[in-house]
Amino acid sequence: MLYDAFIAPFVEFDFMRRALVGIGALSLGACPIGVFLMLRRMSLMGDAMAHAVLPGAAVGFMVSGLNLFAMTAGGLIAGFVVALLAGLVARATQLKEDASLASFFLISLALGVTLVSLRGTNVDLLHFLFGNILALDNETLTLIAISATVTLVALALVYRPLILECVDPNYLRSVSRSGTVAHLLFLALVVINLVSGFHALGTLLAVGIMMLPAVTARFWARDITTMILVAIGAGLFSGYAGLVLSYHSGLASGPAVILVAGVLYFTALLFGNVGGLVRQAFPGRHLEA
Amino acid sequence: MTAQLQFRNLTLGYDRHPAVHHLDGAVQSGALTAVVGPNGAGKSTLFKGIVGLLRPLAGSISRNGIDPRDIAYLPQAAEIDRSFPINVYDMVAMGLWQRAGLFGGIGREADGKIHAAIAAVGLTGFERRAIGTLSGGQMQRMLFARLLLQDARVIVLDEPFTAIDAKTSADLLALVQRWHGEGRTVLAALHDIDVVKSNFPETLLLAREKVAWGPTGDVLTPENLLKARQMCEAFDDEAGRCAA
Repeated sequence: MLYDAFIAPFVEFDFMRRALVGIGALSLGACPIGVFLMLRRMSLMGDAMAHAVLPGAAVGFMVSGLNLFAMTAGGLIAGFVVALLAGLVARATQLKEDASLASFFLISLALGVTLVSLRGTNVDLLHFLFGNILALDNETLTLIAISATVTLVALALVYRPLILECVDPNYLRSVSRSGTVAHLLFLALVVINLVSGFHALGTLLAVGIMMLPAVTARFWARDITTMILVAIGAGLFSGYAGLVLSYHSGLASGPAVILVAGVLYFTALLFGNVGGLVRQAFPGRHLEA
Repeated sequence: MTAQLQFRNLTLGYDRHPAVHHLDGAVQSGALTAVVGPNGAGKSTLFKGIVGLLRPLAGSISRNGIDPRDIAYLPQAAEIDRSFPINVYDMVAMGLWQRAGLFGGIGREADGKIHAAIAAVGLTGFERRAIGTLSGGQMQRMLFARLLLQDARVIVLDEPFTAIDAKTSADLLALVQRWHGEGRTVLAALHDIDVVKSNFPETLLLAREKVAWGPTGDVLTPENLLKARQMCEAFDDEAGRCAA
């Protein structure tokens, strides 16, 4: 009974196994990035970046159809260009990063949708916007796995400066030059993960697996290490439960994954032990000291 | 005596407007110097120049061969994100940056140093507390613990005792005296003239330009203080180019 509901779909169907592996690898890379985006108050930036990836991938699509490498290269290039420009503008002028990115947000989406419609069908457009996690081929899976590996290694390299740049940027600048490098590398990681998320979940939902587990973790953990672990756990669970849900109910699988992540978020918002609403409303009797 | 910091015709500022104008002089190695002046006098600007966060508009600072990044710097109203999930121990441990760098492990010896620094500022028992739960005074104590770990030859403190109660100021002043006793060069921007008179042998009275610099007793005269107060704070948008 339980076996039929929760395990059999993955034993029976190859595409379910691939989807599970894909979303798992995606969570390993994207969820820690999401935690840093949230703590750096750049949550909306992930959204803007995801949109920036779209026109690049669309150009790749126009040139060579639904070709993984052309679309990946296009997405990476567009993402990097926007990330670097926005980052440099934010550093060189008084314009904050969110403001400089907000301007790219709708332009990119409009441009991307226009480009895809020029050549493709509505099905292609849906694929671009929402991905197709049940159709991951070997190349795409490899790409997602590589990007998750690169992300984890790179995060380990710049972990300290990234944290310090959030908590006390002036101190970091006074002891080290690594702040700018760490920041740019971090932006690059955001792009890489959005592009790999784009293949599985599409441009609109790729941010979901990045941000929702991260904000969920904020309500369960007090220090950043635990927060990252909780976020990865929430991402993995959303992926698994979302696939099971979509298998049994016939819902679209990408949105189902993100919806489960959304349910986890609302649960945390209500019942989280770090600042959850219920905990705030009923904090219990105050302590002696 | 060697000059630890030497200012030569130093002008620092923003958008070409000088905030510190044509400053000449030297801070001797091992000196304990107060920098005094009204708001907008250029104290913070001078400190940013010393630690290399601001490039001089003109003139130069020589630091007797030490890298600006080896100067310990406590900024005024440190822009710390207090909601960030990090505890006191980890925050203080960041003082070991110059030795631990990006990956250096924190071994038993370093762990001992961190605990000793936390104890020295009277925060024992707060190690696991999130920084968001600290009071203003506790926060400042924590930042001093981090300064202690930096173990720097030159220490620059920008208004370290503002909005801090008497007990905490006294404790932190004792640390400043300890650094002085260890032969470190310390500069501090201060507003409390009595604190300066009783603790700091040297004073630089700054009001964009140098008003006076030398032994505290000679500098903090009523005439000098009046002169400093009369300084004009606002930048003049129509200001011509400085000929000097």
